[in-house]
Amino acid sequence: CNDDLDRVPTYDLNTESVYKDAEGYQRVAAKVYSGFAVTGGQGPDAATGDILGIDQGTSDYVRSLWSAQELTTDEAVIQWGDPGVQDWHNMNWTSSGVLIRGLYSRILYEVTLCNGFLAQATDANLSSRGITGADLTNIQRLRAEVRFLRALAYYHALDLFGNPPFATENDEIGGTTPPRQTTRTELFTYIESELKAIDADLAAPGQNLYGRADKAAAWTLLAKLYLNAKVYTGTERNADCATYAKRVIDSGVYSLTPQYKNLFRTDNNTSKEIIFPIVYDGKRTQTYGGTTFLTHAAVSGTANSFWNPARYGIDGGWGGIRTTPRLYQQFPDTAADARAKFVTGGQSLEVTSQTTFTDGYVPIKFKNISSTGAPGSDLVFVDTDFPMFRLADVYLMYAEAALRGGGDQALALTYVNRVRARAFNNAPAGNITSGQLTLDFILNERSRELYWEATRRTDLIRYERFTTGDYLWAWKGGVAGGRAVSDDRRLFPLPAADLSVNPNLTQNPGY
Amino acid sequence: QTGSISGRVLDEQKQGLPGVTVVIEGTSLGNSTNADGTYSIQNVPTGPQILIISFVGYNTQRQPVTVNNGQNTAVPNVVIGENTTLLNEAVVVGYGTQRKEDVTGAVTQIDEKQFVKGQVTNPEQLIQGKVAGVQITTGGGAPGSATTIRIRGGSSLNASNDPLIVIDGVPVDNSGVSGAANALSLINPNDIETYTVLKDASATAIYGSRASNGVILITTKRGVQGEKITVNVSSLASVSKRYNSVDVLSANQLRNTVASVAPTKSNLLGSSNTNWQDEIFRTAFTSDNNVSVAGAAGKLPFRVSYGNLEQQGILRTNRLIRNTGSISLTPVLFDNTLKVNLNLKGSIIDNNFADAGAVGAALAFDPTQPVRSGAEGYGGYFEYLQSAGGVPQQNVPRNPVALLELRRDRSTVKRSIGNIQLDYALPFFRDLHANVNLGYDITRSNGSNLVDATAAAAYFNRPLDPAITDRQGGSFNRYAQNRDNKLLEAYLNYTKQLGETRLDLLAGYSYQDFVTTSPNLPTYLADGTTIFRAAAVNPFRTQYTILSYYGRANLSINDRYVLTGTLRNDASSRFPSYNRNALFPAVSAAWNIKNESILKDNNTFSDLKLRAGYGITGQQDIVGAAGSDYPYIQRYVVNSLQAQYGFYNPATSQYEYYIPYSPQGFNRNLKWEQTTTYNAGIDYGFLDGRLSGSVDVYYRKTKDLLAVIPIPILTNYTNQLVSNVGSLENKGVELNLNATPVQGEHWNWTLNANGTYNVNKILSLGPQVEGFAGIENNGVAGGTGTNIGIYRVGEPSSSFYVYKQVYGTDGKPLQDVYADLNGDGIINSNDRYVYKQAAPPVILGFSSNVSYDRVNLAFTLRSQLGSYLYNNVNSQNGTYNGLTSQPTVITNATQDALYTGFTNLKQERYSSDYYIQNASFLRMENITLGYDAGKIMGNRGNLRLTAAVQNVFLITKYSGLDPEIFNGVDNNVYPRPRTYTIGLNLSL
Repeated sequence: CNDDLDRVPTYDLNTESVYKDAEGYQRVAAKVYSGFAVTGGQGPDAATGDILGIDQGTSDYVRSLWSAQELTTDEAVIQWGDPGVQDWHNMNWTSSGVLIRGLYSRILYEVTLCNGFLAQATDANLSSRGITGADLTNIQRLRAEVRFLRALAYYHALDLFGNPPFATENDEIGGTTPPRQTTRTELFTYIESELKAIDADLAAPGQNLYGRADKAAAWTLLAKLYLNAKVYTGTERNADCATYAKRVIDSGVYSLTPQYKNLFRTDNNTSKEIIFPIVYDGKRTQTYGGTTFLTHAAVSGTANSFWNPARYGIDGGWGGIRTTPRLYQQFPDTAADARAKFVTGGQSLEVTSQTTFTDGYVPIKFKNISSTGAPGSDLVFVDTDFPMFRLADVYLMYAEAALRGGGDQALALTYVNRVRARAFNNAPAGNITSGQLTLDFILNERSRELYWEATRRTDLIRYERFTTGDYLWAWKGGVAGGRAVSDDRRLFPLPAADLSVNPNLTQNPGY
Repeated sequence: QTGSISGRVLDEQKQGLPGVTVVIEGTSLGNSTNADGTYSIQNVPTGPQILIISFVGYNTQRQPVTVNNGQNTAVPNVVIGENTTLLNEAVVVGYGTQRKEDVTGAVTQIDEKQFVKGQVTNPEQLIQGKVAGVQITTGGGAPGSATTIRIRGGSSLNASNDPLIVIDGVPVDNSGVSGAANALSLINPNDIETYTVLKDASATAIYGSRASNGVILITTKRGVQGEKITVNVSSLASVSKRYNSVDVLSANQLRNTVASVAPTKSNLLGSSNTNWQDEIFRTAFTSDNNVSVAGAAGKLPFRVSYGNLEQQGILRTNRLIRNTGSISLTPVLFDNTLKVNLNLKGSIIDNNFADAGAVGAALAFDPTQPVRSGAEGYGGYFEYLQSAGGVPQQNVPRNPVALLELRRDRSTVKRSIGNIQLDYALPFFRDLHANVNLGYDITRSNGSNLVDATAAAAYFNRPLDPAITDRQGGSFNRYAQNRDNKLLEAYLNYTKQLGETRLDLLAGYSYQDFVTTSPNLPTYLADGTTIFRAAAVNPFRTQYTILSYYGRANLSINDRYVLTGTLRNDASSRFPSYNRNALFPAVSAAWNIKNESILKDNNTFSDLKLRAGYGITGQQDIVGAAGSDYPYIQRYVVNSLQAQYGFYNPATSQYEYYIPYSPQGFNRNLKWEQTTTYNAGIDYGFLDGRLSGSVDVYYRKTKDLLAVIPIPILTNYTNQLVSNVGSLENKGVELNLNATPVQGEHWNWTLNANGTYNVNKILSLGPQVEGFAGIENNGVAGGTGTNIGIYRVGEPSSSFYVYKQVYGTDGKPLQDVYADLNGDGIINSNDRYVYKQAAPPVILGFSSNVSYDRVNLAFTLRSQLGSYLYNNVNSQNGTYNGLTSQPTVITNATQDALYTGFTNLKQERYSSDYYIQNASFLRMENITLGYDAGKIMGNRGNLRLTAAVQNVFLITKYSGLDPEIFNGVDNNVYPRPRTYTIGLNLSL
């Protein structure tokens, strides 16, 4: 009878049964990918997701990242009263805030998933498990992709938290030894070296399935890393940024999607512009975060003459996110610029109250309908993919790096005008001259092109406008007219919950 | 030359009386009676003898008997009368019975006479308010709703705080049963004879790992040897009514308020005057009929019973039908050497659940709108639509009546608990008994849930079809669950009386296995064929096993000094092999001062006993916290079909989808949680027992708490993990007082009062740094992710964690103004503070029974003091937000909105201490008038008539419906009705 005490799960697997063949590796790799898209293994309505201590839908990777990058800026305000959600815009978040902890936990949980896979995917393990031939090649490629995904998650940790704890596949999972803390400079170097190290094993640009990372995804991430190098390490790396941006552009497999709006529709998987997406499906990849959040939250909670949820392919809106006047005012000509689509009827331009949905215009971006107007497969969960990296961003990164002295300014103008031309439906009105191409123009153009795509906070920090009084927006720092806040707000605090259990951690300054 | 004698001792109700001392006068030969009152004495010298039958609290009887050589002499049943009408002094303990004198732990036994009367659906309601230290909170007014039982506060944070419940020797699984809100509701209360609550470790440690939160032993009724066959019929009929409402704005109040605070929205109001609470509630009827036959058929004592309960809930469509049957056979075979105890209980419950969401919807739904729209769509019910004749609005309340009427939520749950217990006195060593107990607890649940295709609530389950606007998806799903729990117990029991010394030794082995399975079934649209949500990839199955060895020694010297020691070794499959075994010891002692020579003849004291005990108990019920029965194993769960990930192949225009394997967090260092309990008590009796009771003080400290706590990120596949961390304590005092103020030929009056004072405090949660406030818990409705409670070191585990509301000079709360408690100039989550607690520090119970000849009047009062409740109804609905915030819909507010004038509030609203309200209360649980009609039908039958009212009155300062809510959050609870019952009880 003592043997009866060794009960094991009937249907769940263990490490041996999971990694016994190539399929198991593939399915754990799918888990690593899905970590960016869904909140847990049992669907969005399960009792718990991967991250505990936070509402499951709110714990989503893209939703958390988006909130940290957009709600903190002039591009977005939110109506809701969930704990901490107003703190983003008011810039009064604390180390005990549930959303800060959710963001941090989600990013580093993703790193743990990667580490767990990589520990099992060593050549020695693959060999001892008899995996050979095409299976071996595929898993080796997946291994490089997972290292890319880990670099991406660490990049977000670097950008948002600066000095996070650090572990790799060489650290035990399931042990009790807390990981050491890394520094921004050290982590920068690590991400850079990882991305370079995997280059040989990743698929050539455009040669992998859509949704899987290839060389171009890694190059884009390197370009982002270098563009912000001064913020991260104190040293500019603009030439390196331009090099990698150009390498993506010159790969020749990417082109701008002819109509801007189709980048954010259910069939954006056919876009030639998206370099690395987070893939959603209304039936098979469901979450209350991701594009489901981005679509519903930007639609009024009740339908009326200004708001028809069916136009977005959904059952109803959640009445959450709008923008401050700043974003609307970035567009000198909202009629000519295809990107300047806002719901203004029934809404006021000014945000008198963040918690009143009708205060603030609402950009029209993500929809659960296709480019031809067909509704998505589900009325709650959205089919549209989130473009994590896309070509227009790379063009603008190149242009900025060039203006900062790292590349060819004439080429920069060409790239910028490609982005402009698409925005203005190929009308020459949108084109700018070399004299108009300034760093300020780039920042504003990035906002016009990439608003609500989770880059704004990083951009404002790079331009030193995130915390300073040089650029204000409604309710920046929690006051109606906006105010400067401490430069320490450029980094988020490490959550008090992790500090309390990991004695190796030191809190970021100012918290 | 010797023979043996056997017989039975009964109380005045003709019930077997356990623990009665029966000795042969002038010798040390004797024994005590068993649970059913039977006794036997071996090796009695032949010839005429006198039996002295004595029992604390009863009048001693002398019974002559003649013993024949080599024969067993059957002694006629002896009825002994109480010298008090108070507590039955019989005590059932773990694995046997004990004389009350020999009990050294904190044990309270409640028998049928003291049970709460009236319409009792769940067995645990029988002892609500009757036992010091025991808090029983029903989950609301739904028939068979879940109940929370806490004995001496909770000893755990995230592991279960439920007591172990043992029914006729079978420890039952009282965790959630699919399709039945309350697993215990499958037991018919009419079959229950006694409840014994074991509270301190010296009493519970024999149950080791499951005993940290106390043990409740339930004994059911049975037939007894030599008894004539009696048929008992009882019938109850009751009417339940809602006696109060949540104070929401009436239609006219709403019209006036809209006119003043949101005049532009007056056009959204309707012309009806609907009281939505009246629309969803009803007067409910219940009938409860039971018949039992008990007695001895020849040599076979038996009892069979059948019960039928049909209970309506006061929420429309809510109904419970329960059919129960039980068989008990208790023969004694082979010259009194083999006692057989066979119990079979079975029940079938048919539930019609109502959507409890209708309660909340009724508070929020606009009272100026009609129940029915006059149009055909949506079942004819008024609903908010996105446009006239269009599809339903989202994020608005749904018509409360439609929520009830357009859903059919049914379940059938069958449960059977049974065991056969064999007690064999070894032929050549009759002091030694071998006892084998084989038991099972099996449940079969089946249920289905249909939301009508016309329901607005499930309209969007099918992609939009412009051709259909009033009839869309709906939903239909089935569920099932099988639970198969097995028990094997075997123990040896050795009892020896050596002069004035009694020795009682017990050693045993126990094996218990729990298996739960559920099939994986999809959710369909209302048509029952179109799959709306795919089934899980795998069915569900989980299993755990507990294997134990235990022993107990009880030594009584001169009936004055009693020593008890117990030891149990438990091994649970939920822990890794290297942490699997744990030893749970306990020792306790009692001193019967009354039996000392100085008090022996003292008439003031009729009882005086000191008790002291110490013991360690454990905790292994961590499924709720860990999420599985395998918390230490590194598992990979196959993702559901909603959590796949796909890659698109442009070459084929196809997606390649993968169903991922998700690694789960695991704790390979997991071990037992241990609670150390110290208990000291005094049992007292004065004036021949007319005043008696007990006082207990206790201190319980739990270490290696099984708590879900943050772990260093990057070390596991989760950010919070069930871990052994920290400690907490409970300390308290319990008082119990029984009194018989009047005892006479006609008039009799008995009273029971009990009180508990318990202080709970978290001592440690592991390492702490500045800025770490604690672990938040207890989510509330309205603000997604808002937690109202916190686990914090130095505070009670049910503490609230809130902002400090600032009040104006008029005493009203100021909107959005909270105190800057940390003085940093900004109001943020760091300004919250710990304020009050949900768990009541003081629990009081008071019962009275007055009788005059054949009429008696009994009532039970219950009170909790110092408990606080978060009024989630007001924090959600107590503002004008619902009137102003949405452009096309008005939702109703509670009267609190008129008081505060709150309009549009910030996120802190949900965490304001304004909504933490004193929930102390005094409730009259029941009052019963009984009339004993005596012999009827030519002296063949006994008839008793009763009339009872339950939930008679409630005195409280709490502003919501009912202050008695277990988890501290009042959020649309199904109200407890007031119930009027008439009943008759006929025995033939």
